Amino acid sequence: MAGGIVSQVSKSGSSDVSPAKPSLWYNPEIRGYVAQAVVAIVLAYLFYEAFHNARDNMLAHHMPTNFNFWNNIAGFDISQTLIYFNASTSTFGRAFFVGLLNTLLVAGLGIVFATILGFIVGIARLSSNWVVAKLALVYVELFRNVPLLLQLLFWYNAVLRPLPSPRQSLALPGGAFLNNRGLILPNPIFSANAIWLWLALALGIAVAYFYRRFARRRQAVTGEPGQVLLVSIAALVGFPVLGYFILGEPMHLTFPVLRGFNFVGGLQVYPEFISLLLGLTIYTATFIAEIVRGGITAVSKGQREAASALGFSHSQSLRLIVVPQAMRVIIPPLTNQFLNLTKNSTLAVAIAYPELAQVFMGTVLNQTGAAVQIVFVTMGVYLAISLITAMIMNVYNKRVALAER
Amino acid sequence: MTQAAFVQQTLREAQPAPRSEVGILATLRKNLFSTPLSGVLTLLGAALVVYIVPGMVRFLFTDAVWSAPDGAKCRVEGAGACWAFIERKLPYLTYGSYPVSQRWRVDVAIVIGAVLILWLLRTTAPRRNLAAGLFFLVYPVLGFFLLHGFPLIGLPVVDTTRWGGIFVTLLMALVGIVFSLPLGIILALGRRSKLPVIRFVCTIFIEFARGVPFITVLFMANTMLPLFVPDAYAPDRLLRPMIGTAIFGAAYMAEVVRGGLQAMPRGQFEGAMAMGLNYTQMMRLIVLPQALVLVIPAIVNSFISQFKDTTLVSIVGIFDFLNTIDAARIDPVWDGPYISTTAYTFAALFYFSFCFSMSRYSQWMERRLAAGRNR
Amino acid sequence: MKKIIASAIALATVSVAALPATAATTLDTVKSRGVLVCGTNPGLAGFAMPDDKGNYTGLDVDVCRAIASAIFNDPTKVKFIPLNAKDRFTALQSGEVDVLARNTTWTQSRQSELGLMFTNVNYYDGQGFMVRKKLGVASALKLDGASICVQQGTTTELNLTDFFRKNNIKYSPVTFQDADQTVKAYDSGRCDAFTTDASGLAAERVKLVNPSEHIILPEIISKEPLGPAVRKGDDQWFDIVQWTGFAMLDAEEAGVTQANVDAMLKSDDPGIKRLLGTEGKFGQTMGLTNDWAYRIIKNVGNYGESFERNVGEGSPLKLARGLNQLWTKGGIQYAPPVR
Repeated sequence: MAGGIVSQVSKSGSSDVSPAKPSLWYNPEIRGYVAQAVVAIVLAYLFYEAFHNARDNMLAHHMPTNFNFWNNIAGFDISQTLIYFNASTSTFGRAFFVGLLNTLLVAGLGIVFATILGFIVGIARLSSNWVVAKLALVYVELFRNVPLLLQLLFWYNAVLRPLPSPRQSLALPGGAFLNNRGLILPNPIFSANAIWLWLALALGIAVAYFYRRFARRRQAVTGEPGQVLLVSIAALVGFPVLGYFILGEPMHLTFPVLRGFNFVGGLQVYPEFISLLLGLTIYTATFIAEIVRGGITAVSKGQREAASALGFSHSQSLRLIVVPQAMRVIIPPLTNQFLNLTKNSTLAVAIAYPELAQVFMGTVLNQTGAAVQIVFVTMGVYLAISLITAMIMNVYNKRVALAER
Repeated sequence: MTQAAFVQQTLREAQPAPRSEVGILATLRKNLFSTPLSGVLTLLGAALVVYIVPGMVRFLFTDAVWSAPDGAKCRVEGAGACWAFIERKLPYLTYGSYPVSQRWRVDVAIVIGAVLILWLLRTTAPRRNLAAGLFFLVYPVLGFFLLHGFPLIGLPVVDTTRWGGIFVTLLMALVGIVFSLPLGIILALGRRSKLPVIRFVCTIFIEFARGVPFITVLFMANTMLPLFVPDAYAPDRLLRPMIGTAIFGAAYMAEVVRGGLQAMPRGQFEGAMAMGLNYTQMMRLIVLPQALVLVIPAIVNSFISQFKDTTLVSIVGIFDFLNTIDAARIDPVWDGPYISTTAYTFAALFYFSFCFSMSRYSQWMERRLAAGRNR
Repeated sequence: MKKIIASAIALATVSVAALPATAATTLDTVKSRGVLVCGTNPGLAGFAMPDDKGNYTGLDVDVCRAIASAIFNDPTKVKFIPLNAKDRFTALQSGEVDVLARNTTWTQSRQSELGLMFTNVNYYDGQGFMVRKKLGVASALKLDGASICVQQGTTTELNLTDFFRKNNIKYSPVTFQDADQTVKAYDSGRCDAFTTDASGLAAERVKLVNPSEHIILPEIISKEPLGPAVRKGDDQWFDIVQWTGFAMLDAEEAGVTQANVDAMLKSDDPGIKRLLGTEGKFGQTMGLTNDWAYRIIKNVGNYGESFERNVGEGSPLKLARGLNQLWTKGGIQYAPPVR
């Protein structure tokens, strides 16, 4: 122990303190313990106080202090539900899952679209074409520097207002309609033997996968590149289409028809959903574009020059040399943007899209009054999403780091 | 020395570059039509510009209504943006319901803040540490009494329920900046501390705040903060989102500062210790000044997102700029087809000009720092 | 150590803006504070609406101004806290506001579960629907398949579900956080119908682009007695708020108006004498002065005047008195006597 103290003191180098008899006050180790104890005690006290105050206040305000409300009948309706929800039989707990699924739906689609748009714009920013590069720049600067909430309000009112009412809907090709109630698409109805369609699709995937392996191996031996893309598309589209006709058309579309106030029989995509998806995609894509641009510029110029010296075309060098290396730089901040998009989907409370925050932290909180429980559960959901993603990222980073050596 | 006849004796005149490689046409070709795809894209892009820009110019300028007593002129067929509406509503959009006779106090507070910020941002300005002291310590206290009131010296109290508009947006952003930077530094140091308890507490706090949406933090500040303290000490309605903003901003700032601390070469720490400096001296005199300068661009970027995030306080019922815009645009006197578009465009211009100039500053700073390092 | 500083800063900022401790009775607190704190709607035409300078007017606002007049003889000694539907009860329970006058429906659960007391009804209301004329809908029962805009967190949202469930009609709800967004969404065509209390429909219709293109359907699908609420447990304060409302009704019934109240001081009518405090000590029993009702009528007016000015013929809303007419004239507004 004494040796440890001496070495500590001499490490910190206070020459005026004799190493033989360090006073307790100047002992960094002891001071460390004291500081930690103080912090722990103060924090414990603050938590204790907060807990007690919260309990007292909640009792005094007649607020629920448990989760009994979870199984009570909700009594309100939700416009967009991915799972069955009925106001008179479903519970508040089910409303939570309805909201959660709506969050996951908009976040999932948002991530896909924002990534595609972000990569296109990020590469366009580096284009040698002046017009393309400048347009990409204007897009990025414009949408990155305006708050997302303002953009959502704008989309919601801009998407909503100029569109005609249901009776004057715009007819889109393929039997779809667009009006101020949203986008109404033909609804696919599957009959009993539709399972074979999915099997045909699975077969298509398998064929595409094995052809890719075969083509790779052949290229390694003979140097002949195979038409992987073409064959994959043919397999993925061909098998289900073939199956569709062999099985005697097991799936048909019901087309929306105007009846009463709105269309019935179609698949309705609500304007709240469209504007939220649009806003999240356009906003997040600007950040992804900057990440992609940064990642590509981080790949040294020599790589690209070597690629063209080897006779790679521009798109080949981008696809086979630059982007794979850039991905290592791109992936971590990209995941961050995915998380941001998911968290930003909570702004739906401003435009009435029934996702987790709007349904659970809005309507359910209002109807039950269980503010503390509900806010903590909501936070917990997003925290869990963040932590799980962070864990996956750590695993990924380790793998990349190993490969890098 | 024999000379072969086929060897050129005199220097030939330099030939001009081929016609296809010089001049405007060549530049255009190289930059716009280098490949067929590029050519198509150029034409598409140009078509997009032609499609959008003239319509926007007509809407925003030529067809716009610049002055009108009410919405009648803006409702006329073919009228564009209704700037008259913005002009008429500007006092409300700027000050909210702050009493007219007291609005000079807001102006004074904003001017002082702007002067201090410019002083801090100008890298060549003298005594910037004095500016920092004034900005982070004196200004918040002074600002509070100036805005809220100090009856002893003749400044009547103006209740926070009457605060609103651009003023509240700037206030929220300022509070975020003034409190989140120091708190963030403390948290970053705590996260790198050798003491496990402190490290644990700071890490948990940072990860928690960064893992949840800002809206939930605001909800927590708004509905739960009053529950955690005795009823009599329930914080003011405007103060609650400020606390939420400061806490949320601090967590993000902590990660920025930690990045700066990690980028510091070990030699700086070791050198400081070798000089006999203790932890506080080492951090205050050696490490932090360098680490913070290193991450100025990232700090500014963090401020930009905090500034944009201030709009979210409108969801918890604070009358910030966006909320006053939303309240003003439903005035039936002014109602017209393009009032919402006008109002949102104005708001977008406001936020854009702030965020864009901040991001330009951060990029400029980044280049400056890079120039210093690359020397 | 770092965390302590952080929490010390947080606590310091908290205590700067802290409210004075509420140990005494509500009346004492209000008196020592010098101002009544009143929770109101952030903006509902006719009930509580701030102008550009932040001065509130409306039927609910008059309730607060009347209470302030009774206590301070000054209707301006009110601080209005705009509250959304979500925050209103917490604000009252936590003592942030002394009285909640925010077009709030009196229901059993709010009284028994939330620990609130509704003192009286200052507006008898019911939930209705507004639709566009050109839809050609004459009854709410014809709203099958309609999209309906509704505000979140209100009894309205639940009544709506009940009504459609009872009549076995399908609909699609679009729920918004605040009233303005709800109306704007309806106005821009997002919904076929908009539902809220009938008075609210009238108030919001004024704000639409073309008010004449919209009609209010005849069905009233719920009972919505709106009134001020106070915390349970302070009977004196309950009495003051309740009798402020009753005094305004009694004054209208007795024909005492803002204009003639000074002359009425000399009235021989014993009822008027007791009301205006020229006879008896009715004010003192509530901790007020005996001319409390005189102050209310002098500063704010009687119920009928307040009604006409804010929501009746003298206002853009032009609501008929209907149920809110005095019981002597066919309505159900009936106040116990001052005696």
